[in-house]
Amino acid sequence: MTSCEPTVHEPTLPDEWELVVGLEVHVELATQTKLFCGCANEFSTDPNTNVCPVCLGLPGALPVMNAKAVHYAMKLGRALGCEVHDSVMARKNYFYPDMAKDYQTTQYDKPTSIDGELVLGDGAVVGIERAHIEEDAGKTTHVGGGGRINDAMFSLVDYNRAGVPLVEVVSRPDIRTIEHAKAYVNELRDILLAIEVSDAKMEEGSMRVDANVSVRPVGSDELRTRCELKNINSVRSMGRAIEYEARRHIVLYANGEAPRQETRHWDEEGGRSTPGRSKEDADDYRYFQEPDLVPLAPSAEVVAAIDATMPVLPAARRARLGELSGASPEVLATVVERGQDGLALEAIEAGADADKVLTRLQNDVAVNDWSKLTSSSLAALITMETSGELTATQAKQVLADLIESGGDPAAIAGERGFEVMEGNELEDIVDQLLADNPDEWARFTSGDDGDRKKMQGFFTGQIMKATKGQADGRAIAQLLGRKAN
Amino acid sequence: MSARSIAADVASGARSAASVLDEHLARVAEREDEIHAFNLVTEDKARAQADAVDALVAAGEPLGPLAGVPLALKDNMCTRGIPTTCSSKILEGWRPPYDATVVSRLADAGAVFVGKTNLDEFAMGSSTENSAFGPTRNPLDTGRVPGGSSGGSAAAVAADFAPLAIGSDTGGSIRQPAAFCGIVGMKPTYGAVSRYGLIAFGSSLDQFGPFAANVADAAALFDVIAGHDPLDSTSITDFTPNAVDHLDRGVEGLRVGVVRELSGGAGSVDGLSADVLARTNEAIEALAAAGAKVEEVSVPSATLGLSAYYIVAPAEASSNLARYDGVRYGLRVDAATTGEMNTATRTAGFGAEVKRRIMLGTYALSAGYYDAFYGKALKVRTMMLRDFASVYENYDVLVTPTAPTTAFPFGERSADPMTMYVNDVCTIPSNLTGHPGISVPFGVGDDGLPVGVQVLAPALGDGLTFQVGAVLEAAANGGDAS
Amino acid sequence: MSERITRDEVIHVARLARLDLSDAEIDEFAHQMSDILDHAADIEALDVGDIEPTSHPLPMVNVLRADERRPSLDRDEVLAAAPAEQNGQFRVPPILGDEL
Repeated sequence: MTSCEPTVHEPTLPDEWELVVGLEVHVELATQTKLFCGCANEFSTDPNTNVCPVCLGLPGALPVMNAKAVHYAMKLGRALGCEVHDSVMARKNYFYPDMAKDYQTTQYDKPTSIDGELVLGDGAVVGIERAHIEEDAGKTTHVGGGGRINDAMFSLVDYNRAGVPLVEVVSRPDIRTIEHAKAYVNELRDILLAIEVSDAKMEEGSMRVDANVSVRPVGSDELRTRCELKNINSVRSMGRAIEYEARRHIVLYANGEAPRQETRHWDEEGGRSTPGRSKEDADDYRYFQEPDLVPLAPSAEVVAAIDATMPVLPAARRARLGELSGASPEVLATVVERGQDGLALEAIEAGADADKVLTRLQNDVAVNDWSKLTSSSLAALITMETSGELTATQAKQVLADLIESGGDPAAIAGERGFEVMEGNELEDIVDQLLADNPDEWARFTSGDDGDRKKMQGFFTGQIMKATKGQADGRAIAQLLGRKAN
Repeated sequence: MSARSIAADVASGARSAASVLDEHLARVAEREDEIHAFNLVTEDKARAQADAVDALVAAGEPLGPLAGVPLALKDNMCTRGIPTTCSSKILEGWRPPYDATVVSRLADAGAVFVGKTNLDEFAMGSSTENSAFGPTRNPLDTGRVPGGSSGGSAAAVAADFAPLAIGSDTGGSIRQPAAFCGIVGMKPTYGAVSRYGLIAFGSSLDQFGPFAANVADAAALFDVIAGHDPLDSTSITDFTPNAVDHLDRGVEGLRVGVVRELSGGAGSVDGLSADVLARTNEAIEALAAAGAKVEEVSVPSATLGLSAYYIVAPAEASSNLARYDGVRYGLRVDAATTGEMNTATRTAGFGAEVKRRIMLGTYALSAGYYDAFYGKALKVRTMMLRDFASVYENYDVLVTPTAPTTAFPFGERSADPMTMYVNDVCTIPSNLTGHPGISVPFGVGDDGLPVGVQVLAPALGDGLTFQVGAVLEAAANGGDAS
Repeated sequence: MSERITRDEVIHVARLARLDLSDAEIDEFAHQMSDILDHAADIEALDVGDIEPTSHPLPMVNVLRADERRPSLDRDEVLAAAPAEQNGQFRVPPILGDEL
């Protein structure tokens, strides 16, 4: 590599360059069986035990389409706002040992779903070009040398995964920042989980991301040469890969060169992309319609039924909460992502302050199991806090107890000795103190900022002493402020 | 003896399945060295099956319709645990771990599998000269080819090694050998018979079909093998085979079209020999005498079939044969890398004709050429479908010669592929359209070798082909219905 | 007779198809393939206009199966056919120069 290799971990690209990213995400569908045969669609560590003549591509074997896979594919298409229409399977012909037939059965010029969009948490829209059905390949393991393909002494092939149903979602090159790339992947994952068609785990390979990266001068709308990055194993890794690749392109352009259109391998350990091996003829896939399968023609009724049973998707769930509160997009996204929005909505309907509900959920319910926390107890707790009955610290404590063992917030507060301070009680104490300390009160009401601050501290300390620390700091400030006016 | 009489004798206990098998195996022992109909005689399997049938008869248990009838299977049909080679070195010794659906149905019907028959390698050919294991000889004249690609199956029936055989037909590979060997061979409507376990050549064209010495036996065999298979997505869902029911319906009032482009007259293709045309005309006259309304009809796109076929079939084949890469089964020629191993294996394992078709098909599908060749050929297919559809509005069946000539001598057509391909000019159109067709022997040519006449019907008209075939057969036999 | 397929094209196609041809074979195939495609000239010259291609003689759609398990093959039977195997997997030479 040249000495002009870009360094990584710079936070931003040079101002005059713009990032152009499209993402291709392969999603493993959570069906019982493979796409074309009745072999189990489940991870197995015992190689070649979930195989049959069809997924092994034995001579004479024929594929038969899995109805559930088609259903899930259409559901995903509709969830992405795509048109679902008649489609046709095609053969993509190339030789590779992980493909039992040495062609992949996929969709080419008539895919299941086209022309959708994904709306990100901050409202940005990424176009979806298509989402098509295809079969997965087997797994190859390279043995010998450094364990990497170029050093291997031989390779081993396991076809357990061959024939597993995939949907490939192809975005338009609308992504302009790495944050958006990450948000896109996370949002797609949330949708997949919401519609229950995949468990979408990048670490396990049930969701795989390839990034198409190019750059262009800011203000231009051209699409320059792009490179496809493969072997991205996490969202974080994707961010690093995109950044590296963009910089690599910029350096090339700066030197009067240009990137070659190619597929590149992301090396997470080395923090760089390397060229894919030479593929002189690999691009001529000689696509033609799969003669062993017949076209798919979903009726309008079938698509309507899918729409009718579509769950509320993350974007809509965020929007619903957003209508009720002023919480930031990050908070909304987090709460929805965790699936806590239902709880929040009910608590808000029960009268709790919406912003407070969401803030508490985001900050203090970042746990795996919050099943013991009910919306009514949450609502009650939040109200106790906003009315000043509990301090912030006390509220957090009670909340932690509710998460741990459920129960009633007032009872828990009582057990913990958090006196539920009546509003009047506090006010009486405050009035008494003001009466007992007229000079200090005068300095508070008419003094300058420095005086006011000091006196606030004085009175707060006195009130805390008088209430044995049970008064809420903010309630005190509010009361003092009210009395001063 | 006909398959039906064998089945009747076995069922009644008049003969044992074992003795029927012995009789046929004796004929195999006598002539097989000369004819080479089989890649493998499956004697142990056959004996076990025959014994099983005899045990059922003894116990008074119900029998399948073909119980005790010896039957030969083309060696591109998957038979579990029994070598299935497609007459190719690349699959030499390969034992499938599963049975083709048709094989299961035949076994359930009580048939006794005599052996796996020779074919042109991967069913690519019209003479069985392309087999990697040596050619099959025509039992009627061993200096001549039996036709192809199902030459072994046709020869097995012609030599009475078995009264029934299964072949496969992609461009005429059942009908043409039937014609060359003087027996009956039929290609079903595409989708009527399951392709699960049929080692693929041209997926949108391939069909298994029956060979027999007479029309009635072929009809009975068809009824056993045909019908929907959920393991084959291209298998017709609503299809009840009833060929046997059609056998005695005659042709009174039936509208028979004589395809002008395949009739040797004005507007016809060249190369149809005079004696074949003469026999075909006699067959047509026989139909008229039996009450059919016969007329010449033009089917212009029929002649385009050859060109379209020699693009579509190799294209599909180039993809279907990619799996033979030395990785999972069959021949492997080792090399330093997997890519080199693929190449070394395929180069050593495939014969010249297979390589030629793979090359043609790869080229036709490749970037820049798809539209001009494959894309165009698929449009020609549409034209042919429309053409035939409009013809079948006015005609019930069509009649043509099955092949342009009688069986030719070995080596006569091997030098130039095109002269071999032209053999299929009459049969190919119905593979492209998916329509059924039967070849029935009708007299002999000037050289004394059999001539086959073809009857074509629209899709799902399989019964009709047997119906008309039965009348032709009776006429050919001098008016006797044997 | 025009040679519509060149030697270079034959070599390219052979590589796509994983076939190794001798020089004599390259020439022979170039000639034969050209010949066959010349005969296809009748369809090449045809004006097919807006006709839709037919991939399939049968007008069927929506052939689907239920998402239900069926028995898989016994691994021993599968690997019995393997030219080389190790640890229950198919063993092949190093994979180089191919698609990632």
